[in-house]
Amino acid sequence: MAADKVDPIHQFHITKLVPINLGHYDVSFTNSSLFMAATVIVGTLFLVMATSGRSMVPNRWQVVAEMAYSMVANILRDAAGKSGMKFFPLVFSLFMFVLVANLLGMIPYFFTVTSHIIVTFCLAMLVISTVVIYGIWKHGLHFFGLFAPSGVPGALVPLVTMIEVISFLSRPISLSVRLFANMLAGHITLKVFAGFVVTLSAAGVTGMAGSVLPLAMTVALTALEFLVAFLQAYVFTVLTCMYLNDAIHPGH
Amino acid sequence: MPRKDDEAELQRRLERLGDSLEAHRQAEEAANRKGQLSGFAQAVKIASEFVAGIIVGAAIGWGIDKAAGTSPWALIVFLLLGFAAGVLNVLRAEGMVAEAGARLREAPRSETQRPDRDGDRSAP
Repeated sequence: MAADKVDPIHQFHITKLVPINLGHYDVSFTNSSLFMAATVIVGTLFLVMATSGRSMVPNRWQVVAEMAYSMVANILRDAAGKSGMKFFPLVFSLFMFVLVANLLGMIPYFFTVTSHIIVTFCLAMLVISTVVIYGIWKHGLHFFGLFAPSGVPGALVPLVTMIEVISFLSRPISLSVRLFANMLAGHITLKVFAGFVVTLSAAGVTGMAGSVLPLAMTVALTALEFLVAFLQAYVFTVLTCMYLNDAIHPGH
Repeated sequence: MPRKDDEAELQRRLERLGDSLEAHRQAEEAANRKGQLSGFAQAVKIASEFVAGIIVGAAIGWGIDKAAGTSPWALIVFLLLGFAAGVLNVLRAEGMVAEAGARLREAPRSETQRPDRDGDRSAP
């Protein structure tokens, strides 16, 4: 990228690597697909390699894998109880996917999969459809009791039910927007401050001296972004567990 | 004489341990209460909850208008309902309103538990 044309949005552009057309649908293999595949491969390789030793006294890699495992297991058990553990494979896969995708995005020149709302929205829809399908399969029409709270005066029931339904439908949106907005905003901020360094240092000696400030900011923001990458994966997992809890125990 | 010193020393150390344990417990509780979210994360969380309610409400209203040709009434009504749902989402995210499921689950239980809780309080 040229020094005089710092474009903070450029990093999010989708480029087709292998154009594929199926009928009227464009199913090309893009850079986004490449990094999604990379995320899955890196996540799987990490877990397989880290746990292959299976030593009683774990090495560092095994400790990290075990910490991730027990953290997700604890979140799920706290939120959804013991019967929620049947969803552990789903929740742990989601956590690892989001975490590895976020962390891969922190490597310079890498594409951040989770900074596109369609990706995070699909993940959120996966969670919500699991909740709805499992809830209806397990509890039948009783599942819809979730929308009709008890102890509400009769005249208000339709209104409250309507609001509860809208509130339920807004979950996948808020879940996906939260992850996407955090990643997008973080990467843009990082790029803008890094761009200041380049533009300022092109403006002579005073500029170079002044560029120390945005450089320090960039270093601090990079650290913050690593924190956000982990935190957002964590938040996504916590909310997933809370929603799954509704499917398992939709009230009596 | 040395034994008395030892006892005083032990007492002092026990007290110090008790203090630091108490401080640790309080710090942990405070951290749990705050949920360790940074200010920005908190802002995005609340904003996304609120906006999501309005967007879904507006989308439903628009869809009904499209299907039934009642423009713009459904949009108006559902936009207002979406606004209410957004406020409900925000209050729920902040823990000021119980989850829909939790409220249902606790309704039958609280009736049986309430006398117990009162009994506990009067017992000591």
